[in-house]
Amino acid sequence: MMDTPDFVFTGRIIKAGTAAGRALVSSEPIGFLGGVDGETGVVTERGHSLEGQCVAGKILVFPSGKGSTVGSYILYQLSVNGVAPAALINAETEPIVAVGAIIGEIPMVDQIPIEKIRAGDYVQISDAIVEIWRNS
Amino acid sequence: MKKSTLNLSAEEQSWLAGDGGPALKRAVEIIVALGNIYGATRLIPVKSVQISGVSYRNLGQPGLDFLQRWAAEGAKVRVPTTLNPTAMDMENWAAQGFSGEFAQKQQAVVAAFSQMGVGGGHPVPTCTPYLVGNVPALGDDIAWAESSAVVYANSVLGARTNREGGPGAVAAAITGRTAAYGLHLVENRLATLKVEVKAQPRTISEYSALGALVGQQAGKQIPYFVGLPLEPGSPLALEKLKALGAAMAATGAVALYHVEGITPEARNAPMLATAHQTLVIDDYRPGYALLSDPVAKIDLIWVGCPHSSLAEIAWVAEALAGRKLTIPLWVTCARPVKELALQKGLVDIIESAGGQVFSDACMSIAPVKSLGFNAVATPSAKAAFYLRNLAGVLARFCSLERCIETALDQGREV
Repeated sequence: MMDTPDFVFTGRIIKAGTAAGRALVSSEPIGFLGGVDGETGVVTERGHSLEGQCVAGKILVFPSGKGSTVGSYILYQLSVNGVAPAALINAETEPIVAVGAIIGEIPMVDQIPIEKIRAGDYVQISDAIVEIWRNS
Repeated sequence: MKKSTLNLSAEEQSWLAGDGGPALKRAVEIIVALGNIYGATRLIPVKSVQISGVSYRNLGQPGLDFLQRWAAEGAKVRVPTTLNPTAMDMENWAAQGFSGEFAQKQQAVVAAFSQMGVGGGHPVPTCTPYLVGNVPALGDDIAWAESSAVVYANSVLGARTNREGGPGAVAAAITGRTAAYGLHLVENRLATLKVEVKAQPRTISEYSALGALVGQQAGKQIPYFVGLPLEPGSPLALEKLKALGAAMAATGAVALYHVEGITPEARNAPMLATAHQTLVIDDYRPGYALLSDPVAKIDLIWVGCPHSSLAEIAWVAEALAGRKLTIPLWVTCARPVKELALQKGLVDIIESAGGQVFSDACMSIAPVKSLGFNAVATPSAKAAFYLRNLAGVLARFCSLERCIETALDQGREV
């Protein structure tokens, strides 16, 4: 049994599902086309705060999407290649990432106070419920 | 679940639960997610759909893989659905210089849409579906992607659509639904930007230049034009409105505009909001410079963005009659429009001058550089915008006459 979570939030379901993993947190938006390598899951956007890190298996936490609408298909590609994030959490999402989560079958919730989540926190998602254990 | 604003019908809920199979489930999930994002309270039926995201250059293998999977899951469109242009002429791609490898991938994309029942299983790739039979009526709710078609349908036809994205439009076609938000709601269709046109645009490219300027200023606002010297029913009047809207949808995110006394909604009711800003345009010509690179030598002239109508092809043929081009000039249009142009002898005139007419294709979404072109001249602001920003080549936006003069003189600056 795990301890009581440090935080519990209820968000809005974008793609229903359950997932658990360590948080990878970006305070800036992510554009998937040209921003994340669909083969490897590594963030490639030059100067991005997550540049060089791999999103595979992580609970990827960021404010919102940005950039080309083709980005939705990159999320699908990440899934097919087995390097997708375990789940996506946005502050307030937009169509590119939302559609990408659905077609890539990646559980996703938004309307979460993402500033409360730190890199390395253990996060569990069950549909709209997000539970967070601080990594101490 | 909190903060979901949508009330779904029993049928829509059953689709969401998977009762209609995985393809329909995925489609309704997309429509619901978009509805939630935009704060809609319900889904509404749509009469037709226009799908974008068709070029293999833009979709890449991931996009193709996904479309094939959706089709294999049994995705079928429920409403009349038309398809945006492909990168290449689906029959005559070799003459454009495409590789067999690229052609095969592009054909696979169209095959996936055919399998879904797009275009009745025989899609006609074009950004001007309204020229080939997909003509919505005043007040119809539709779900169209392709920004130039969206602005034409909303403004010139008075139908109601938001600017849909690629997968969102496919989802709308599969469900026959869209979320009721934005321009589907009458109260959101009032203009907030009055545009007083002091200049007197006459030609299609002058309307395009005007649109480039206004789009840059308007952003997402709805412009209301006064002072346009446009006679309803006059030659090329619809083509001028098509060019005006396409340009505003490229340099801005304009999805709807009104022209006082001319566009259908503005004929029936006052469509200018009491609280509005005003923009005065004294001269449309700076619109040309806005989208032109300094280019020493042009190596392709491209006409047909958005796809040319029969009247526009006649206009090009008239300008080319008896002349001899020294660089390629390509006209792009929907395949049925080319058939008509062939019957009328217009294609012969263009080919005799050294030009070519291609169906299905769009250079904005083609791998233009790998076709061997580095600098393209065009009488379309939208074409110039995307050639520079998407295709990554140099562009010159100028009048059709100047394009042709350039093509008569080895592509040199005239």
